[in-house]
Order: sequence, then structure tokens, then C-alpha cells
Amino acid sequence: MKTDFRIGSLSCKNRVLTASGTFGYGLEAAPYTTLAALGGIVTKSVTKFPRAGNPPPRIAETTGGMLNSIGLANVGVEAFARDKLPLLRGIGTAVIVNIAGSSIDEYIDVLERLEHEQGIDAWEINISCPNVREGGLHFGAKRETAAAVTRALRPRTRKPLIVKLTPNVTQVAEIAAACADEGADAVSLINTLVGMAVDVRTRRPRLSTVTGGLSGPAVKPVALAKVYETARAVSIPVIGIGGIVTAMDAIEFLLVGATAVQVGTSSFRDPDTAVSVARGMEEFCREQGVEDIKELVGALRVDDTGAVPGFIA
Amino acid sequence: MTAVDTDALVTGLRQVSESIFALRFRAPHIAAAAQPGQFVNVLTSPFYDPLLRRAYSISNVYGEECEILFAVVGKGTSLLARVREGDTLRVLGPLGRPFACEEPFQTAILVAGGIGIAPFPFLFSRLLDQGKTVIPLVGARCSSLIARGVISGARYATDDGSEGCHGTVVDLFEEYLSTNEPVVPRVFACGPNPMLAALRRSVLGRGIPCELSLESEMACGIGICQGCAVKRSRERDQYALVCTDGPCFDARDIVPLGEEGG
Ligand SMILES: Cc1cc2nc3c(=O)[nH]c(=O)nc-3n(C[C@H](O)[C@H](O)[C@H](O)COP(=O)(O)OP(=O)(O)OC[C@H]3O[C@@H](n4cnc5c(N)ncnc54)[C@H](O)[C@@H]3O)c2cc1C
Ligand SMILES: Cc1cc2nc3c(=O)[nH]c(=O)nc-3n(C[C@H](O)[C@H](O)[C@H](O)COP(=O)(O)O)c2cc1C
Ligand code: FES
Repeated sequence: MKTDFRIGSLSCKNRVLTASGTFGYGLEAAPYTTLAALGGIVTKSVTKFPRAGNPPPRIAETTGGMLNSIGLANVGVEAFARDKLPLLRGIGTAVIVNIAGSSIDEYIDVLERLEHEQGIDAWEINISCPNVREGGLHFGAKRETAAAVTRALRPRTRKPLIVKLTPNVTQVAEIAAACADEGADAVSLINTLVGMAVDVRTRRPRLSTVTGGLSGPAVKPVALAKVYETARAVSIPVIGIGGIVTAMDAIEFLLVGATAVQVGTSSFRDPDTAVSVARGMEEFCREQGVEDIKELVGALRVDDTGAVPGFIA
Repeated sequence: MTAVDTDALVTGLRQVSESIFALRFRAPHIAAAAQPGQFVNVLTSPFYDPLLRRAYSISNVYGEECEILFAVVGKGTSLLARVREGDTLRVLGPLGRPFACEEPFQTAILVAGGIGIAPFPFLFSRLLDQGKTVIPLVGARCSSLIARGVISGARYATDDGSEGCHGTVVDLFEEYLSTNEPVVPRVFACGPNPMLAALRRSVLGRGIPCELSLESEMACGIGICQGCAVKRSRERDQYALVCTDGPCFDARDIVPLGEEGG
């Protein structure tokens, strides 16, 4: 049974990674799971300077999901390089460092600071961050800004560049295509969906920032549709993210065209989820007589009725 | 000792007030490692609603068994109230920083508001074992909401005056201090944020050392989500994590949600 995959020099033993911001810096969950059984770990977003994050409440559970407004709380690139990265070396799985910034220069600074450090297998670029220059509109919101971030980083690294896309746009596939044109090695999606929740007794929003990012099983159908749309539009690998709890959820993403998946919110529920998803996928393949899990990627059967994928209410 | 995620066998569920239940489960590793003030993270549903685990203070340990106290207020606790002896529950723990109770003080005052009584039976017996004098003060909205048979020798305060002192448990605390002036007591408190904020003002004003057990929204309980932030009092706009830096904090170090300044 073959479960591994490569994206350029990034080599993963299976197709399940942990999603940024949902697995700390990698070691925190070690007592409750087997890190070496993961395809890879994506770190919490790292920024140029430490970020304390947003005021509480930062979390509100909703039906089948949760809202968060963590505010990219992280130790900053210096402390990451000094305190966190050394612990990730030799844990037996691929390490992908997620980078965030509020200007293109900040993305560049973080990447250049880490480029020659040992133990980083690839970058994931979080472009769902507010862009100071564009008045807070996030980099992922427009083709031009998404392309500009990719273009700025591409010549500065030899490692694979995965651009992480936000679903809070009209046509995510166009943005993916723009990143691919600028030399992205892969795209990953979805980041969280903008949402909100209200405490009816206090008449206050349940998050300090009023709106936040929705994740968890509730977003899976949206994520699948976005991944499907994107995988049809680009020829680079697509990594599917959004609401995965079980191996069958992950297989759905593969069938619609994802090369690999990331497990996010469900690690909060059970820190061993990503590993059990990987095991379950292997079992499913064995049952189905699939010898290389690659056979499932994009293997969705769609009857050609002439209908255009979309929706009609 | 590190925490474990384990299938715990439910050994008993009993009602201790109109809305509070005591749930016992067998979890030898957790029972052996637990310290007063720590919590466990319990999966209340095998499905996705509630999606996230719920945190419960370890309210006591009996050999290889642990007990938690919970108030039925929402989705997770409605499900827990239906658990039966012989069921298994997924429980992760013990988690968090316990109460600092090993220090050389002689008199402890426990201040509990509502379900904030939960961590105290365990702390109470630990302190008695150490030969300390313990004064439990318990507040509730009304008499029928007071948890019975979980702590002995408590004095009560009720918002409606249906039992004990008419007022809040912080009023009771201040009244106690004014009538009994023990050599600077150590205070341990748990309850809703407004109560903790009021108590914090009261103890800080008097220079009384105090530990607060805090609650916050939590997604993971193990330090991987950054969701459970609470404001630090000494630095501007800096946060501690309730799940790993707490839930028990020195009252001087943090500002409970809802309290201004710090
Ligand atoms: C460290 C720690 C220790 C804890 N220890 C204990 C303990 O020992 N015992 C205990 O009982 N609890 C404890 N808690 C709280 C516990 O984790 C749960 O939050 C609590 O049991 C409620 O869970 P639930 O699923 O029943 O309620 P939920 O369904 O999550 O609802 C929570 C509350 O919010 C209200 N609510 C929900 N949605 C809305 C809305 N839209 N508008 C207004 N109100 C709303 C509900 O009515 C309820 O009062 C602790 C929490 C922490 C962080
Ligand atoms: C609490 C929390 C924090 C997150 N932090 C980040 C982050 O720092 N950087 C990032 O690119 N994505 C972040 N995400 C988004 C996730 O990586 C993922 O894209 C999203 O949650 C959807 O997947 P899920 O439904 O499996 O959680 C965060 C999500 C959550 C719930
Ligand atoms: S609850 Fe996730 S970090 Fe504290």
C-alpha cells in the first residue's frame, strides 16, 4: 500500500497533515498522539514580531463547528527559531512552517530569517491576513495581492511554497491560478469562513472581535466545493482543509481532487484525530483494493449531463 | 506525571442539588496524578454536537476513581446528566496548574460561587491532611441550588436570603474577615468571573494572598489553540492561557474577564 506523496522536495509518508493554528508548534500534543505517524505538521502562523493575539473571548462553539478570533497569537520568528524549531527536528515527520504578515516585507523577513535553518521542509503562506497597505483588506482577497505575495517569496526560497487560500472570496480558483502562475508549488484551502454568533441574553457578540473564523465539520461541504473548483482550475497540487474528522471525510477531499489533507479543529476534540484519519484511509484503501492512494485523487465520478457545476436554487 | 486521554468507566451519578450532579468514573492514571485545582476534559457526545470537550474541575479522588461536579446548563451537561453507571466516557487529564496549597500558611478560606464549588472538596481534604484550618464559604442564588454533602462545615450565602447570609459570597467573605481576624489567611476562590473580580479587589486591597481558579472558553485544554486567553495584570495587552498557565492563578497576576484595568 502506497500512501506517500511529494510536492517538489517535500516528502510526506502519508496524506494527512495537521492544520496551522490547531496543533500549536507541534510538540504540545505529543503525549496524546504519535507525531511520527503523521504525514506532516504545519506550525501555527509565524510573524515577524511576537503577537499577543486578540482579547477574550476568542472562541465560540457553534453547531458542529466553532468560531475563533485568536488574532495570530504567536511567539514571533526569533523565538520560533530559537525555542520551537529545534524541538521539531527529528520528530520523524515533515515540518511545514506557516508564515503570516501584514505587509509583503514582513512575509519576506520571516522567510529569509528561517530559510537557512535546519529542519524546515516547506512553507505554507497564510494570505488571509489583513494587509496594512490595502487598508486591512486581506492579501487573499484579490488576485493581484495574492500573486504579489507569491511573486515576492518565490525567488527567495528553494523550498516548496504552498499558498493557503481563504474561502471568503467569490472565485477562489482564480486566485489559486494566479498563485500558480507566480510559481506556487501547491495551494491549500480552506482557511476559516467569516461568521458570527450572538449571546441573546447580553445582546453581545460572543467574540470580542464581533466576527471570527468558522471551522469544523460545519464547513466541510463548503470546503469540498472550493477544493473541487480549485483542483479543476489549476495543475499544481491542492491540499484540502475543512471539517475533517474521519478517514471518510479525508477520502472525499481526495476524490474531489486534493492531493493531501489537513486536519484542524478536530484535533481540539481529540489530539490523535489526524493519526487515526491516516490509519483509516489506509484501511479503506485496503478494503477497496486500492494499491496506491494516489488512485483516489480526483477520481470523482461525475455524469456528463451537460450541466455546469454550480448551483440552482 | 503527564496527562492521558482515556476511556473511563462511569461508576456513579448522583444529584447533589436542584441542578448539580456528581459524576464518578474509574481512571487510575488520572486519579493517581491529580492535584487539587486541576481539571479533566470530557467528550460529552460521540457525534459533533457538542463538538468540543467540556472542562471539569476534579472535585475529588477516591482510590482509582475521580469525581466531577457539574451544573446542568446547556448541551454538554444535558448529555452528561444522562450518563449511566457502566458507560464509558472519554476523559483527558489531569490538566492545568493546580492550586498552590503546599505553602506554609495555617488558615485557608475557600470561596465558592455557584458551581465554583467544584474544585473544593479535593482541596479541602488535601488541606485538612496537611493539618491546616479550612473555612469553606459557599454562595448560591438560592438554597435549592446549594450542592449538598460535598463539603463539610461550610457557611452559606444566598442571593435571595433563603439560606445563610443574604447576599453574595464575597459579602460573606468580608463579613467573616471583619468578625474573625485570623493571621493572614490564604484564600482560594472559584466561581463566575464577576464574583472573582469582586473578590480579587477585596483581597488585593487587604494584601491577602489569593489563588483564583478561572474559567474561559476553551477549545482544546492542552495549549494548542490559544483560545483560552486571560489578561495578565502586570503587562499591557499580554495574555496567559487558562488551560496551561492556569486554571489556578495568583490573583495578582491576571485580570478576570469583565474587570477593567489591572
Ligand atoms: C477550567 C475549567 C473548569 C471548569 N469546571 C467546571 C466544573 O467543575 N463544573 C461545571 O459545571 N462546569 C465547569 N466548567 C464549565 C464547563 O466546561 C462547561 O462550559 C459547562 O459545563 C457548560 O457546558 P454545556 O455544554 O452544558 O453548556 P453550553 O451548551 O456550552 O452552554 C454554556 C452556557 O452558555 C449558555 N448559552 C449557550 N449559547 C448561548 C447563546 N447563544 N446566548 C446566550 N447564552 C448561551 C448556556 O445556556 C449555558 O449557560 C469549567 C470550565 C473550565 C474552563
Ligand atoms: C483556533 C484556530 C486557529 C487557527 N490559526 C490559524 C493560523 O494561525 N494560520 C492559518 O493559516 N490558519 C489558521 N487556522 C485555520 C485552520 O488551519 C484551517 O484552515 C481551518 O480551521 C479549517 O479547517 P478545520 O475545519 O479542519 O479546522 C486556525 C483555525 C482555528 C480553529
Ligand atoms: S484551550 Fe486551547 S490553548 Fe487553552
